[in-house]
Amino acid sequence: MSSQDIPEENLPAEQSAGHNDHGHGAVGVADEKNPFADPGLPPHEHRIQDIDERAARRSERTVAMMFVLSMLATVGFIVSYVAIPHDRTIYVFPIGHINALNFALGLTLGAALFLIGAGAVHWARTLMSDEELADERHPIEAEPEVKAKVMADFKQGAKESALGRRKLIRNTMFGALALFPLSGVMLLRDLGPLPGTKLRHTLWSKGKLLVNMNTNEPLRASDVAVGSLTFAKPEGLEEHDHEFQTEIAKAALMIVRIQPDDIKDKRELEWSHEGIVAYSKICTHVGCPISLYEQQTHHVLCPCHQSTFDLSDGARVIFGPAGHALPQLRIGVNDEGYLEALGDFDEPVGPAFWERG
Amino acid sequence: MKKLSARRRHPLAAVVVLLLALACTGGLYVLLAPTSEAKADTTAQSLAIDEGKKLYAVGCASCHGTGGQGTTDGPSLVGVGAAAVDFQVGTGRMPAQQPGAQVPKKKNIYSQAEIDQLAAYISSLGAGPNVPTEAQYGPEGADIAKGGELFRTNCAQCHNFTGKGGALTHGKFAPDLEGVSPKHIYEAMQTGPQNMPSFPDTTLSEQNKQDIIAYLDAVNGEDTESPGGLELGGLGPVSEGLFGWIFGLGSLIAVAVWVAARTAKAKKS
Amino acid sequence: MSTETTAKDSRSREKAPAGERVADWADGRLGIYSLAKANMRKIFPDHWSFMLGEVCLYSFIIIILTGVYLTLFFHPSMNEVEYHGSYVPLQGQLMSEAFNSTMHISFDVRGGLLIRQIHHWAALIFLAGMFVHMMRVFFTGAFRKPREVNWLFGFLLFVLGMFTGFTGYSLPDDLLSGTGVRFMEGAVLSVPIVGTYLSFFLFGGEFPGGDFVARFYSIHVLLLPGIMLGLVVAHLILVFYHKHTQFAGPGKSNKNVVGMPLLPVYMAKAGGFFFLVFGVIAAISAIASINPIWSMGPYRPDQVSTGAQPDWYMGFSEGLIRVMPGWEINFWGHTLVLGVFIPLVIFPLVLVAIAVYPFIESWVTGDKREHHILDRPRNVPTRTAFGVAWITWYMVLLIGGGNDLWATHFHLSINAITWFVRIAFFVAPVLAFVITKRICLGLQRRDKDKVLHGRESGIIKRLPHGEFIEVHEPLSQDALHTLTAHEQYVPAQIGPTVDENGVERKVKGSEKLRAKLSEAYYGEEAQIPKPTVEEYKEITSGHGHH
Repeated sequence: MSSQDIPEENLPAEQSAGHNDHGHGAVGVADEKNPFADPGLPPHEHRIQDIDERAARRSERTVAMMFVLSMLATVGFIVSYVAIPHDRTIYVFPIGHINALNFALGLTLGAALFLIGAGAVHWARTLMSDEELADERHPIEAEPEVKAKVMADFKQGAKESALGRRKLIRNTMFGALALFPLSGVMLLRDLGPLPGTKLRHTLWSKGKLLVNMNTNEPLRASDVAVGSLTFAKPEGLEEHDHEFQTEIAKAALMIVRIQPDDIKDKRELEWSHEGIVAYSKICTHVGCPISLYEQQTHHVLCPCHQSTFDLSDGARVIFGPAGHALPQLRIGVNDEGYLEALGDFDEPVGPAFWERG
Repeated sequence: MKKLSARRRHPLAAVVVLLLALACTGGLYVLLAPTSEAKADTTAQSLAIDEGKKLYAVGCASCHGTGGQGTTDGPSLVGVGAAAVDFQVGTGRMPAQQPGAQVPKKKNIYSQAEIDQLAAYISSLGAGPNVPTEAQYGPEGADIAKGGELFRTNCAQCHNFTGKGGALTHGKFAPDLEGVSPKHIYEAMQTGPQNMPSFPDTTLSEQNKQDIIAYLDAVNGEDTESPGGLELGGLGPVSEGLFGWIFGLGSLIAVAVWVAARTAKAKKS
Repeated sequence: MSTETTAKDSRSREKAPAGERVADWADGRLGIYSLAKANMRKIFPDHWSFMLGEVCLYSFIIIILTGVYLTLFFHPSMNEVEYHGSYVPLQGQLMSEAFNSTMHISFDVRGGLLIRQIHHWAALIFLAGMFVHMMRVFFTGAFRKPREVNWLFGFLLFVLGMFTGFTGYSLPDDLLSGTGVRFMEGAVLSVPIVGTYLSFFLFGGEFPGGDFVARFYSIHVLLLPGIMLGLVVAHLILVFYHKHTQFAGPGKSNKNVVGMPLLPVYMAKAGGFFFLVFGVIAAISAIASINPIWSMGPYRPDQVSTGAQPDWYMGFSEGLIRVMPGWEINFWGHTLVLGVFIPLVIFPLVLVAIAVYPFIESWVTGDKREHHILDRPRNVPTRTAFGVAWITWYMVLLIGGGNDLWATHFHLSINAITWFVRIAFFVAPVLAFVITKRICLGLQRRDKDKVLHGRESGIIKRLPHGEFIEVHEPLSQDALHTLTAHEQYVPAQIGPTVDENGVERKVKGSEKLRAKLSEAYYGEEAQIPKPTVEEYKEITSGHGHH
């Protein structure tokens, strides 16, 4: 911190109590000079168990009973484990329909452990001595002589190593020590490939049909009603594909139909098909699948951090922590009436990153 | 697996089968019955529309307009279909009591017959989704696991992973789905009430909807098992954290107070 | 002190009982008698708040025990498999082996669910215990010399515990934790210049890839717990070495420690407390579910559930990230993602703010003495106010982290809560500071009043002229001593600005700052002078006190 020292007189005086050190158990005598002085430890008072053997016996029996009950609980645990089928459901008021085995094992295990603890603590509280004792503290700091000895030893050692004199050794050693961790850093290189332009591309390309996530069938323009919400994936991407998770993480699409008159953004209308608009389902904030679509307001909300986008106005951000609009996918209709992409997204989907620009 | 087979052996299974049989017979009868009977049916239909119109004039017209064309206070009802009416009135959301961020569900004041009449009137204004049948939303033939996957893709973002509900913008919210009847859940998916988007059959097939309802019944039903014990609201780490602090650390501190406390002293006589 | 009498001479060895012979054997190799001499009857003071650290130690041991059991069944792999266990609503679903094996532990290993729940509940309680323990140390000033290093060890344990927890709950690869890992990816990406590279190295390529579970696994079960174990041992050695602090009271001074001996009372109590803690946590795991991954389902980057929150100890960082405005700066083809990066920087600063406090305080006081008597929080108003302000700050962020649940459960607008947190982030700590300081001063005044005028006895007396007064009973000397035992500092002065030769010396900025802080800490506004003996004598003897 700082080397500036506060003058001693600015520190509060040591408590007067600290000086008159009463032995423990000493009965405080009202000090005429200092009514606030430390009266010393109050005298030890006996518990019922200390003076009444019957009470002590009662305590002993209580402790023993807890240990016995604990044993029984462990037996109960083993019996439950063996006897209760693992898929048995029971109704326990007020918990509800729960797994019988979990309930039985948990309660018996809990009881077995708790009773051991309760027994031990009750034993300590009622039968072991409860006389308070005092330990002296010793300063953590070493005595000056000790410190002087250590410093001298260190100087001697440093001198014998000649580290300060032989600068060549010192500098090259530091150099070697500083360099070798680099090999460890190098080894981390193959943790993953370089990003390249992977974040800029998705599976969407010109002519790819929009496949309904629910039915796994290509979507027709006539399927999509005003006020409805549909999710789509690119044609050819199947759930069993090895790369499904990674590809759908970028390609997931949210399709809604808005009355063309209600679309405020000119480009959005151009990129739509008769009011059918396709937006990335991946939030531009940190990548949650955003899809809480309010069909009357055309707002879509992210359930993770509440970024809100206006789908009737180019999906611009109207609330929350997202920094830019959801990317829109330009779509059209092929000869057979199916919705198709007219290219990939023209900007990276999902969260922003340094190279995004 | 176990649950499904248990359900097949459920005492009500026979009743369900019987109802299905009855429905089929009824359908066959309608097809095969002479035309005069069909005419009687349309008369019954028009009677229901008339009754519905009267109910509409009393309960709904002030906001939705005398002809269902909509006003500044309420949207147009032309083409919303019977399913929307059955959902909105059946869950007590409509007629709305007061304006707010969202119209909440409350006690339904109409009988099912009156709701059907209202629905008939609204359907007569313009075609829309019909009220689903038991065969559509019942558990028969539903794939619970597929329903779970569909639920997590389409619903969990607003309603939470087991349908406990969640927050939307500016005080709006996605309601808890516990205790909501399968029919109403089906209708909600089909019609998209208030700010909920719709999931029409063209994008979320009938089978998909049935799967979702079966999943919800399995994970958010009356006797859904919570193997680990108290479900703590099914809300995730926030309620777990609160429980851990209050009951976990709280009881441990209580124990610590007992351990550290001085034992009672014998009274001096 | 029977241990000292143990004979080292070989003649008596043959006759010695077996236990003693074993002890002799060990002493000849390990020197256990010298160790025991200093420690067997070591004194520990009794106070419930001194056992908070034990709660942490024991839950840490429980976590290690149950964690080892879990590793016997858990497969840290992200290979996709189809589920065919006993839980119906996930039949046939694709999931990683990590998720699959966690399902296996929960549903098909007898007692597996219990051990999983004990592990997770113990983790929450471990972190909560450390938080409360740290606050106990803070508010009683137990961090002062010679215990600053141990304060840092404890702080490091708390921080490492947070990350061990995070890597731990991410292992099952469920929808909730996967969302948390995705958040982490986004946060790493926001780091200027190297963020993208860090993310690719961490995940072995693009998110989620197939590596992170295995990598988190070795961090979670080996790296972090290994460091923590070392720190725990060091922490305990220092506790032994320094001897425990104690509250002021009759017979207790800065030079002694009053309490019960390690053998037998403390051993029974502390040993028993381990079983009590384990028992309570096992019972909680029997009745309350935690992290039901089967409800959440396996992780898919295109799926999400509302209410996506981390475990409580990461909640404040969630709050930071939720209430941050979405600032983003684009320049020369680069993006500075301030909306994510600023919270990422504030996240450690929140913790560091409390960690460095002891050093700031010791600089302000300039006090180089050892302190073994604990402060009552009211007697150090500025420190107490700072601590409460910090907790308030932390709590405000926790509220921010759960803003969606606040919204649904109290019928509020999520946007309004977010704005509340944004403002409260700056305002609430200041308010808490001012209010706490006032309360502390009020309590000091009450203590002074009690010392000088005695305790309110509750007995109302009517004087002859009709006035009602309450009888005050003078305090015992024990109480008088306890209430006046605390030290009061005098504000540090800058000192003469002119030396003896009349030459003006330059006053350093740091010196001025310290004088200012010292005045704020110990000036007239900041503490009530404690009653003096003269005051007391004047009042008690001067006029017939009622």
